[in-house]
Amino acid sequence: MSTLLEVDDLRVTFPTRTGLIEAVRGVSFSLGRERLGIVGESGSGKSQTGRAIMGVTPPQAEVTAKTLAFDGIDLLAASPRERRALRGKRIAMILQDPKYSLDPVMSIGRQIVETLRTHEKVSKAEARDRALAMLEAVQIRDPARVFDLHPHEVSGGMGQRAMIAMMLIAGPEMMIADEPTSALDVTVQLDVLGILDRLVSERGMGLIFISHDLRLVSSFCDRVIVMYAGKVVEQLKASELGRAQHPYTRGLLNCMPKIGADRHPLPVLDRKPEWAA
Amino acid sequence: MTAALSVDRLEVVFDRFRALKGVSLEVESGESFGLVGESGSGKSTLLRAIAGLAPAASGTIAVNGKQLGARRDKAFYREVQMVFQDPYGSLHPRQTVDRLLQEPLAIHGFADGEKRIQRALDEVGLGTGFRFRYSHQLSGGQRQRVAIARALILEPSILLLDEPTSALDASVQAEVLNLLEEIRRRRKLTFLMVSHDLAIITHMCERLMVMQNGEAVEHLTAGDLVERRVTKDYTRNLLRASEGFVRTA
Repeated sequence: MSTLLEVDDLRVTFPTRTGLIEAVRGVSFSLGRERLGIVGESGSGKSQTGRAIMGVTPPQAEVTAKTLAFDGIDLLAASPRERRALRGKRIAMILQDPKYSLDPVMSIGRQIVETLRTHEKVSKAEARDRALAMLEAVQIRDPARVFDLHPHEVSGGMGQRAMIAMMLIAGPEMMIADEPTSALDVTVQLDVLGILDRLVSERGMGLIFISHDLRLVSSFCDRVIVMYAGKVVEQLKASELGRAQHPYTRGLLNCMPKIGADRHPLPVLDRKPEWAA
Repeated sequence: MTAALSVDRLEVVFDRFRALKGVSLEVESGESFGLVGESGSGKSTLLRAIAGLAPAASGTIAVNGKQLGARRDKAFYREVQMVFQDPYGSLHPRQTVDRLLQEPLAIHGFADGEKRIQRALDEVGLGTGFRFRYSHQLSGGQRQRVAIARALILEPSILLLDEPTSALDASVQAEVLNLLEEIRRRRKLTFLMVSHDLAIITHMCERLMVMQNGEAVEHLTAGDLVERRVTKDYTRNLLRASEGFVRTA
């Protein structure tokens, strides 16, 4: 399997008034054309890992790594111009809440066309046709109507589909999805995941799926990385999650209420300081 | 025996939109009752209407056999308290925990505030070390514990819980759910709990009502859900969704 992304010893450090905070502390993994899940609680550094790869870490933070390479390109040595060319074109990112991550004063169609025309020389008419086709591909029933709507006029599920369309229109090879369905209803969640799954496998993309929901990730991804306090505590195949070794992974799996399992009280995580060491 | 809470053909209308279309429900004293549905199904509106935060257009609400008027009196709020979804939004950012907990005591004219605050904080597992902190100095789970302490401090008999754990991490969620169960057992409280997560509702509640578009779709017991005895497609969809993603070839 060809490697798309190579991450070795990635660190993200934020300067604060009380000293340096290491949000990501030496994360290493590689990604092929597969679905990789990154799971952890809030503050575990999972989102900052995704942002560092995308190159959207806040400017005051420092990103270091032994290797951070996408398809042979050293991302840390690349100029801002080169990274801009990669972002959106070859690496795309889906964010959590379409309410905040879409431009509120631009119609959905125009936002999709903007992405396409930034990266490809196409005529306005062709861009419109391709945007409409893309909206259809994310199973929006009436693409021509949705094209002219503004983000506040559509539901959360529809907004998230529009965002997927926007991210996929330039044909990226790798996609980072940061909690793409957490803001959606459970039933809509599955529709959106189904669309994402189909498009990712049809196009042979690499997907990094960041989520706090271990159960969802394990049912969706091929491989799962579990993060705790900025570090990878366990890496395993999604199908082998039941045989997880690390007490943190097992604790996370165990503490969710399940239908049919009568456990009162629920087992809670007993955090050990050595996990963060 | 009269029901702790009974709602009869309740309608809530916002402008011309009917958010609740004649919903009825009865919760026995000491029972834990769940409301499930997608966003927009009216489950939170029902809770808010009971608490007096949403206007009832028609229908009746009765607490412990006593019918409620359009305005809730003080006695009502001693019996019924609510815990909101977002612990970041439901605590006053410029008040310490102590000040937050004093507010309901001052309104209801309790003299033994000191003792009650200490007891409430102990009960939710925070201890008095948190008493003079501001909410921004607390984690999400700790804030939700403060919100629960604030609801408990008046010793109500009914607690309305609006997605009390959906903003929390799974591990913290387990802690808060355990806390709620323990408090209910100890104080013999009645719970009316809203959640979009069927697993949480079956864990916490004996009976539940599934809602869609402002209407009750189905009344079930937790046992029905465990054994998949559901009759409506809508509920079946929710059940399937709670099991995670299934790849279709």
